[in-house]
Amino acid sequence: VVEGLSLLDLGVSPYSGAVFHETPLIIYLFHFLIEYAELVFMITDVLTAVALYLAIQDFNRVVFKKQKLLIELDKYAPDVAELIRTPMEMHYIPLKVALFYLLNPYTVMSCVAKSTCAINNTVISFFILATMKGSAFLSAVFLALATYQSLYPLTLFAPALLYLLQRQFIPVKLKSKSFWLYTMQYASLYLCSLVVIICLSFFLLNSWDFIPSVYGFILSVPDLTPNIGLFWYFFAEMFEHFSLFFVCVFQINVFFYTIPLAIKLKEHPVFFMFVQIAIISIFKSYPTVGDVALYMAFLPVWNHLYRFLRNIFILSCVLIVCSVLFPVLWHLWIYAGSANSNFYYAITLTFNIGQV
Amino acid sequence: VSHYRLFPKALGRLVAALGVRELHLTLTQGFWRTQAWGQPPLQAPPGAELWVWFQPTVTNIDKAWKELSNILSGIFCASLNFIDSTNTVIPTASFKPLGLANGTDHRLLRYAVLPREVVCTENLTPWKKLLPCGSKAGLAVLLKAERLFHSSYHSQAVHIRPVCRDASCLAVSWELRQTLTVVFDTFSSGQGKKDWSLFKMFSRTLTDACPLASQSKVYVDISPKNKEKELLEVTPPPASLHEAIVQGDKRTYAVYDLLSPSLFNTSRSLNVQLKWKRPQDSSELPTPILYAQRYVSGYGLQTGDISTLIYNTHPYRAFPVLLLETVPWYLRLYVHTLTIVTKGKENKPSYIHYQPAQDRRRPHLLEMLIQLPANSATKITIQFERALLKWTEYPPDPNHGFYVGSSVLSALVPSVIAMKDVDVEQSPLFASLFPSSDGSSYFVRLYTEPLLVNLPTPDFSMPYNVICLTCTVVAVCYGSFYNLLTRTFHVEEPNRGGLAKRLANIIRKFRGVPPL
Repeated sequence: VVEGLSLLDLGVSPYSGAVFHETPLIIYLFHFLIEYAELVFMITDVLTAVALYLAIQDFNRVVFKKQKLLIELDKYAPDVAELIRTPMEMHYIPLKVALFYLLNPYTVMSCVAKSTCAINNTVISFFILATMKGSAFLSAVFLALATYQSLYPLTLFAPALLYLLQRQFIPVKLKSKSFWLYTMQYASLYLCSLVVIICLSFFLLNSWDFIPSVYGFILSVPDLTPNIGLFWYFFAEMFEHFSLFFVCVFQINVFFYTIPLAIKLKEHPVFFMFVQIAIISIFKSYPTVGDVALYMAFLPVWNHLYRFLRNIFILSCVLIVCSVLFPVLWHLWIYAGSANSNFYYAITLTFNIGQV
Repeated sequence: VSHYRLFPKALGRLVAALGVRELHLTLTQGFWRTQAWGQPPLQAPPGAELWVWFQPTVTNIDKAWKELSNILSGIFCASLNFIDSTNTVIPTASFKPLGLANGTDHRLLRYAVLPREVVCTENLTPWKKLLPCGSKAGLAVLLKAERLFHSSYHSQAVHIRPVCRDASCLAVSWELRQTLTVVFDTFSSGQGKKDWSLFKMFSRTLTDACPLASQSKVYVDISPKNKEKELLEVTPPPASLHEAIVQGDKRTYAVYDLLSPSLFNTSRSLNVQLKWKRPQDSSELPTPILYAQRYVSGYGLQTGDISTLIYNTHPYRAFPVLLLETVPWYLRLYVHTLTIVTKGKENKPSYIHYQPAQDRRRPHLLEMLIQLPANSATKITIQFERALLKWTEYPPDPNHGFYVGSSVLSALVPSVIAMKDVDVEQSPLFASLFPSSDGSSYFVRLYTEPLLVNLPTPDFSMPYNVICLTCTVVAVCYGSFYNLLTRTFHVEEPNRGGLAKRLANIIRKFRGVPPL
């Protein structure tokens, strides 16, 4: 970002090079805020935590109400007594979520590194808050902002839609007219705000240059700098002939899970949202640890399901070991010179995320 | 161009067909050591350098440039065909035309340098063939490849430019200038004495002049150092002496005119010899007014720093210098880390032109006009990050590293001694090599060292393994999701069966433990 600002000062379009890949709104935001960069990132993290806190509080209230209703209607089987959630344990969950996010070492690392992923996380958490509160307009606006910055939150459209429909008590049937009406409303709100934001960026910099630099970059993966994801080494060792094919396959992979998950999880849109965020953070073209932090923050919400998680010990060990080994192996490869290590890097983390 | 009596037809046809206005090609082996050898007459960067001004009538300059580099690589047996858009830049201020020029739209200029290019006898032979007499008569008989390449520095160049045909400048003709700069290290091979002779250096002597030449002269620099005369002796004694001010220095040259009949009176061959009367303990060469160094610093394979040091040793004059840096795209420069420090204070350049690189398409171009105060050293630093390339983009020896071409410094250096205009007719060599537009400064173009930078390498033996393993991970993920999404739960009746279970239950009943 600093590079983009200095290029702008020099009078050259920041997108004429290959170093800067953020959106124009971010440039302008940082134009004013560059002096207080650390403070800004700390504030964004706090904002994210607060938004998550409020969102989960609201969600818990809804869940509890539904549960009470179902108990009264006597729909639960008697064995389930231990799974019923009591108000007392539910009281602390929002706080736990906020703390999970703030104290997560991944969050701390991404704040220290001043990565713009933190801003992405803030926008997504505001979107979640807006969705929980039920305001379709705000949620569409925030989703448009999130999509504008990195293309993948587009997949969060489906869970948000499902949640809002649930809130309005509109059943999800393909034949129902009110379903389609609401969907159209929401989709048009989203598309309009997206168009407005894109045109605004156009007017800020007077060119459409940012589109290939930002979205073309995300979609076609030209830069192979090692990161914690799967793609870079794959494309570094790919045969030229197939690179277009594999780029398409990888990108489709991210968006592909939306529809089946929507069908299966239509009763539980919040869980769907969580799973979708996890998928984005695994399969996106340039993942960072900030993305991992965001979905890990959601884990306390489903406290009551912990007993059903298999392999929890192995998983957490693998996760911790990988996180510790990342910097070690990175150092080994770059500074000490032993080649295969970085490859191990990519495989392990993704293995464990896949299992989670 | 239609008269090919002296001008080689290959180059003439090339220039006419591709609409070239000026062409400068240098092929160099080795780097000029300014500290040890003094100011170079014409410096060239190691490797191959090609810069061309096209005529305004050319419509597709990039296509013409590509064709030109391919044809030249055929003519000179050099791999100039590696010049493509990833190492070509369009400088805006540095390479002004050296010949006649109407307008200077910098879009007609292209500059490329190939630092990895090696020069050998294959490149010398076509160069010699371009001369009107070839290597059969005249001065070119001295140019034997085996002696020429036994040297510390070897640079051959071809320069084509349009010049006025006569003083009134009514007609324009093409001038082809071929220069060869060689540094022989006789000191180390000549038993510690710095005496040399043409026979010792070239293993040949001059016998006659080229019949097609209008002038054929040998100039030997016998400038006295420290005002001491009689320090050296040149045999045979020269017919005349020529004094000139070259690069701010007053120099005396002994002139041997091969066309004058008196030269070959005594012997049929001319072997110029130089002997030092007194043993030279130290060779004190005057420090050039402008010189530069460049190096890369930093550790590890992720980031690094390119630092350029420019020295201005003039005691009281400050002058500006134009610096042109071309950095390949895989070293991503961060222009916000560019710092220019002179004598401890920050020095802001008066003109910056920066064109960032595009991956696999264009290199970085940084041009700056920096004011150098008198008697100072300026340090320019810029940080870069190394990119990871696709495995097919590495050269066959990836751990050797990647070369970054020399940066170019152009300046009008003020000279300590006032220079007078040189007459073109009398000494065309000095007029074209050391022109002076006004008497107080001379034009200097310096090149810095090329850099060798290592990039992180992936493991080249693993493409198939990588594809398999990554696809396995994706498949694991997909599999778990598929499983989760399509699994249905059935309630299962606990089964009583199983012989082992029944036996175990019987045993348990005996022990008093509840059954399975």
